[in-house]
Amino acid sequence: MTVTSQVKEYPSEQLKCWEQAKNLRKNYYEDYLHAHEKGGLRWAGGAWSFSSIPAGLGEDVYCVTGEPYGATIAFFKDFAAKCHDATEAAGFPRTLCAYMRNYWGSILLDKFVLTDGSVVDGYPAPDFIWQDHICCSHAKWYQLVRWLEKQRGKEVPMYSVDVSVGYPDDFAPEEDYKVNYIADQLSDGIDWLEKVSGRTYNDKLLCDAVWNEMRSTSLWAEVCSLNQAVPAPLDEKSMYSLYVLGTLMKHRPECAAFYETLRDEVKDRVKRGIAAVPLERFRVITDTQPPWGFLRIFREMEKYGAVSVGSLYTFGLIGMWQYQPDGTWIPKPLPAQKPRTREEALQAIVRWTMHKPEWAHFYQPELKTKMMESIVKQWKVNAVLLHYNRGCEGLSVHIAENRHGLIEAGIPVFPFEGNMGDERDFDLSGTMARLTAFFESTGLKKLKE
Amino acid sequence: MITAGIDVGAKFAKVVVLKDGVVTARAKALVGFDILKSATEVFDTALKDAGVSRGDVERVVATGMGRSAVLHKAPINADEAVSDVVADAAGAYRAVPTVKTVIDVGAEEGRGVKVESGKVKDFVINERCAAGAGTFIEAMARALELKVEEMGPLSLKSTNTVPMNAQCCVFAESEVVSLIHSKVTKEDISKALHDAIAGRISSMILRIGVEKDVVLIGGCALNPGFRPPLEKELHASIIVPEFPEYVSALGAAGIAANPQR
Repeated sequence: MTVTSQVKEYPSEQLKCWEQAKNLRKNYYEDYLHAHEKGGLRWAGGAWSFSSIPAGLGEDVYCVTGEPYGATIAFFKDFAAKCHDATEAAGFPRTLCAYMRNYWGSILLDKFVLTDGSVVDGYPAPDFIWQDHICCSHAKWYQLVRWLEKQRGKEVPMYSVDVSVGYPDDFAPEEDYKVNYIADQLSDGIDWLEKVSGRTYNDKLLCDAVWNEMRSTSLWAEVCSLNQAVPAPLDEKSMYSLYVLGTLMKHRPECAAFYETLRDEVKDRVKRGIAAVPLERFRVITDTQPPWGFLRIFREMEKYGAVSVGSLYTFGLIGMWQYQPDGTWIPKPLPAQKPRTREEALQAIVRWTMHKPEWAHFYQPELKTKMMESIVKQWKVNAVLLHYNRGCEGLSVHIAENRHGLIEAGIPVFPFEGNMGDERDFDLSGTMARLTAFFESTGLKKLKE
Repeated sequence: MITAGIDVGAKFAKVVVLKDGVVTARAKALVGFDILKSATEVFDTALKDAGVSRGDVERVVATGMGRSAVLHKAPINADEAVSDVVADAAGAYRAVPTVKTVIDVGAEEGRGVKVESGKVKDFVINERCAAGAGTFIEAMARALELKVEEMGPLSLKSTNTVPMNAQCCVFAESEVVSLIHSKVTKEDISKALHDAIAGRISSMILRIGVEKDVVLIGGCALNPGFRPPLEKELHASIIVPEFPEYVSALGAAGIAANPQR
């Protein structure tokens, strides 16, 4: 390895809470798998779903959220290839959402993959589905899951929440009719949950879960905002393993507690000048999910002294933020008090979730461009790497317009094609060659081989 | 000061030798399975033509998709490797100092580079599709049972516009076969193919914007049938410098002469 002597090298060290994060994720899937052995319930739904609502059915209710499970499959490329084959053999086209296809493939194969890559025979069917409609794929995903489970002799009831109320004005109170439209569906959903589970709903557990979710999502934003520091205490490749907990269990106390621990540790790293990438000299952000089977591109970037400090995706899929009048972001402060009743809890979680930054661009690409511009300024970013993600229509919608808007704002942009969940759509050597050209065009040279 | 640039492309390796900034030799040869061996042969030819030995060459810079095969590898021992985009910008600037937009269409790739004083401002590359590269013309020449060098002059004889709808190399071949069966002349088919590739390249170039002067380089720039439809699509006149296929190698040789660029 050769390192150019003129480049400053920052101290670096591993995150102390790394193993804790790994264990939380491992236990999450195993708890779901073994839920019935302990008399518990299993449910399935998207990572964007209002996961604190089913929590009112008891503390032994476990879920598997679809997108992170699809991403887990994508990471294990051999199993992912089998899932693709199974899905295509069943007649589904490869142009559909890659997470969805991975998920369906796992059911079709009747196999379940765990976080260490081990594959368990017998796909653990959920007892019910609790989903929301954020994009066209999310609207259809679990209808097909129901159908697939029915082929296997299991009737899985499903409830879906329509969230198409638009992104609210950041500087005005949320409009009541929009809030009520969603909150009323959640309220009806609670009656439905009681009916399909045969359990009595516990409003205290709901209030706790809603508060946990608010804490988790605000704390994650706090962690991300610490990455404004130079050198960045976290790199995005590591952040993927941390933000994922919010996509799995944002409503659970262990998630909020972990993010508190993480926040404190990252704060300490900033104080001591600990870098994620010791040779940091060029800061980028990415966009949308990465090609999960090829995270090594982040390691390649490090050879140029480039660090990805995050993305709208890693910051805003789980993190909740508040725009300031000067255009900057701060972690969304918690409401003055924890909800005490069912009605308060439902209203609070809807008002909170409506501000999820990743909701915005489903409605207006300009909003996403504006958010990315804010991140570029506030996180001291030199360039944006845009993943034209063929695997996710939802998050890559309007992405070419975002590119155009960023370039007009004078921000260098590197677009690359790929797929978060299907490696057949990603050309590693071609992408690396283009990335090299992009870095060279900005004046960077490779610091080490 | 003697420097050399070597562009190890998908099909040809090209070498340019510079002495005090003036080209003293050029050489090119097909790249075989053993990239280093092919590159070494053409490199030796260029040195011989220039009347110098490897020891006389102060610095060698490599570019092209096969550049890593010669970087720090004997006997060429290139001192540095730069991407095609950077070499294109530097070479086009040497060839045409007023250049603002470079279009490089080689065997494997089509590229567009916005240039400011020889430096890259923005770029775009055709991704994973032969229909935007020289390979497309070669494949279609086979379908028409023509030599590739016959395609361009033939297309210039056509006065008809035949739409070529397929944007993919594979489907375009089927379309060519259909046109042959429909008794469309080879001249018209050849023009349709050049129109198609020009349309594809221009839509890519428009993503970075067209600013004059526009310079066309790479192997496809040698094809006289390619420039007219491209000019029409881009609404701009295009300059083809002398020895357009060597421009990347020229850029690499120039970079070798100026390591502190």
